[in-house]
Amino acid sequence: MKKMSLVLAAVMATGVILTACGGSKTAQPTTAATTAANGETTAPVEGNSKALDLAVQIGPDPETIDPALNSAVDGGNMILHAFETLLIVDSENKIVPGQAESFDVSPDGLTYTFKLRKGLKWSDGTPLTANDFVYSWKRLADPKTAAPYAGDMLGYVKGYEEASKGNLDALGLSAPDDNTFVVELSAPCVYFSKLVTHGSMVPVEKATIEANADQWTLKPETYVSNGPLKMIEWVPGSHITFAKNENYWDADKVTLNTLKFVLMEDGNAAYSAYQTGEVSMIKTVPTEEVPGLKGKEDFHVEPIMGTYYLDFQNQKEPFNNPDVRMALSLAIDRDYVANTVMQGTYMPATNLVGPGISDAEPGSFFQDITKKNNGKDYFDTKDHEANVAKAKELLAKAGYPDGKGFPVTEYMINDTGYHKPVAEYLQSCWKEVLGITVDIKVVEWATFTPTRRAGDYQMARDGWVYDYDDPSNMLNLMMSTSGNNNAKYSNPELDKLLNEANTTADVAEHYAKLHDAENMILKDAAIAPVAYYTDFWLQNPKLKGTWHSPYGYWFFQYATMD
Amino acid sequence: MAKYIIKRIVMAIITIFAVASVTFFVMNMVPGGPFMSEKAISPQAQAALNEKYGLDKSLSEQYITYMKDLLHGDLGLSVKQRGRTVNMIIETKFPVSARIGGMAILTAMIIGVPLGSIAAFKRGTTIDNIIIIFSTCGIAVPSFVVCTVLMYVLSLKLGLLPTYGLTSWRNYIMPVMALSLYPSSYIARLMRSSMLDVMGQDYMRTARAKGLSQLVSIFKHALRNAVLPVVTYLGPLLAYTVTGSFIVEKIFTIPGLGSEFIGSITGRDYPLIMGTTIFLATLMVIMNVLVDVAYKFIDPRINLK
Repeated sequence: MKKMSLVLAAVMATGVILTACGGSKTAQPTTAATTAANGETTAPVEGNSKALDLAVQIGPDPETIDPALNSAVDGGNMILHAFETLLIVDSENKIVPGQAESFDVSPDGLTYTFKLRKGLKWSDGTPLTANDFVYSWKRLADPKTAAPYAGDMLGYVKGYEEASKGNLDALGLSAPDDNTFVVELSAPCVYFSKLVTHGSMVPVEKATIEANADQWTLKPETYVSNGPLKMIEWVPGSHITFAKNENYWDADKVTLNTLKFVLMEDGNAAYSAYQTGEVSMIKTVPTEEVPGLKGKEDFHVEPIMGTYYLDFQNQKEPFNNPDVRMALSLAIDRDYVANTVMQGTYMPATNLVGPGISDAEPGSFFQDITKKNNGKDYFDTKDHEANVAKAKELLAKAGYPDGKGFPVTEYMINDTGYHKPVAEYLQSCWKEVLGITVDIKVVEWATFTPTRRAGDYQMARDGWVYDYDDPSNMLNLMMSTSGNNNAKYSNPELDKLLNEANTTADVAEHYAKLHDAENMILKDAAIAPVAYYTDFWLQNPKLKGTWHSPYGYWFFQYATMD
Repeated sequence: MAKYIIKRIVMAIITIFAVASVTFFVMNMVPGGPFMSEKAISPQAQAALNEKYGLDKSLSEQYITYMKDLLHGDLGLSVKQRGRTVNMIIETKFPVSARIGGMAILTAMIIGVPLGSIAAFKRGTTIDNIIIIFSTCGIAVPSFVVCTVLMYVLSLKLGLLPTYGLTSWRNYIMPVMALSLYPSSYIARLMRSSMLDVMGQDYMRTARAKGLSQLVSIFKHALRNAVLPVVTYLGPLLAYTVTGSFIVEKIFTIPGLGSEFIGSITGRDYPLIMGTTIFLATLMVIMNVLVDVAYKFIDPRINLK
């Protein structure tokens, strides 16, 4: 006993540590392919020595990379590298053939016939046929899958209502032969080809899903895909690595050897890793660095399809008065919010539907047509004085001259990004301009969305990033039946207009009605659009051949490094 | 002693059961839920998800099911990390945190115990002052500052160490340094005060009077007695440290368990909240028993009853 060393305490501690270390060896993630070392090059896959090993950062661990279950941008970005839809969006934002080499639409706009490329294969080498699309789209519609995008993507397909209740065979999908995939719609949808490009519409392999159930996305062996890349390693909380998929039909064009998504969450860490050259592109740029980065060659700001807006609880006093809503909306100096408060990482909103959203004519934009139709933008961000005068006038008209008698109201936010600085700006702006007092209520994320959805607030921040390139995706939010109508706006006229727009086979009529709907929403000040979203990121100037799409995705498969 | 250990184990099981029960109900009282996103999901999908994760059942039913599974060692399915079980998450992430945390504690012992002892012997001298300043700073400076400064100097300015990942020994240096700063400072302070206390004891004077050299008397008699408070501190410290640090893991992109403690709560990942809490509670209880047993060895006068 006496011989027991007096460092026994330390030994006890070491014992525990050694046990822990010993256990870790077996638990270490193993991979058959490469394990990329930090800042060092990976061993080339399949002897391709010239191809690029790229490390990038677009966000933390994705919740899922199951195409049917994903609803996040970062997950979607990974899915679009590993999978390919029938039609894809190219670097010029045009819809081009992907897995389908061509498609036909029947004159009534109700039947889409996709001709698949010959000899398509899964990453495991097995053939991919039209039946895989039938399976995958049915899986998406299956209520058991609980896919967040099922209704948005397949709502137009014949029999969706029944399918969403469990009768999958009711869905209007068929595969007359291995290379033909036929989709029947219940009503015409002028933007159906755009829906087809969505990440949830990719084919998934039945065999691996049936064998591995929920866990099929976790391991490289079971994550069978059909796109330019395939997953070779996923260490949760650390990185997901993809490598070139030799079985992809256009594999010759793919210049990457491996693509490593470093799953960093912290902006400063990402910025450090970018500066040391360990990663060549980062999305999570610390906002405090933004002013110093502006104008630099490697700092990019590009619009994405989305609008940052403010919800008024339309059914509650005093926001049930359109004049009040409009007064509060006009008092906002949108130019100041976007360029100063948000440091130029947003663009001032001039209408509801922002840049990048297409109109009827190929190559034309909805926003431009709005401006042409109305003679001007809805919010003139350059003449704030005039807006302020109008706001004061409207508030007086509503019975609150100089804000007298206006109740103290609350603006609800969750505390991430620029929500708090914007809220503080709004608070001071409304006080100064309109003489009304607003309290800021900061709520935790998990409580924020249900509270807002329940309409249990007075004013709240809100925002929408488009799922597909059609204004209806944004405008439909204001329908009284929409689950995302957080403002609780209800206007039967608008509902009628949007329903018509959504079911016409006439492209011109579709867009014309959507323009009317946008005007209606803005005139009523149902919500107050504040700014348009952008993505801002840092990218090594030597990294070429990548592009950023207005959907908020980056594409790296054709990247090269000078 | 066997009797004592058995008694402690029974107590431990009761403790863990109580922790699990309280966590379960408190967690469900907090507003919000796991399926929160900017975009509303359809009622059918919501219903299917609730059914899948058993959230459609009443709270008491959920509780009974959970406790039954827990007895079988099944911690359930994570709601937010699709396809992963809580067991799987702990099994892959704990070893990472344990490795880094273990190294940090070892470093803290190697630095803290000698520093504290030296400070005690050299009481009132410049060396003592320097050590006091170091240990005060080490306790006061928050770990995110330490991490950021380390990364700025060692990675960004000097280019010596990688900023993320765990692929070589070089990756471990910064996280271990960041994690060990606080405990080494704390241990140094503990060690210093308890050493001073021990050095004033009669038996130390007796040892010196018998003619033992200072070095021998310190190593043979003082250190062993002085280290007791450190051992007490070490138990819970080990449990906390080997389960990982949210901040250190976030900054150095380490796939450890620490981030799950926070992430599971903000994401309302109920099974993961339960799993990580029970796991930490279990470790804590085990550590406390080990500390008690270690006491017995270090100080035979202590009677474990």
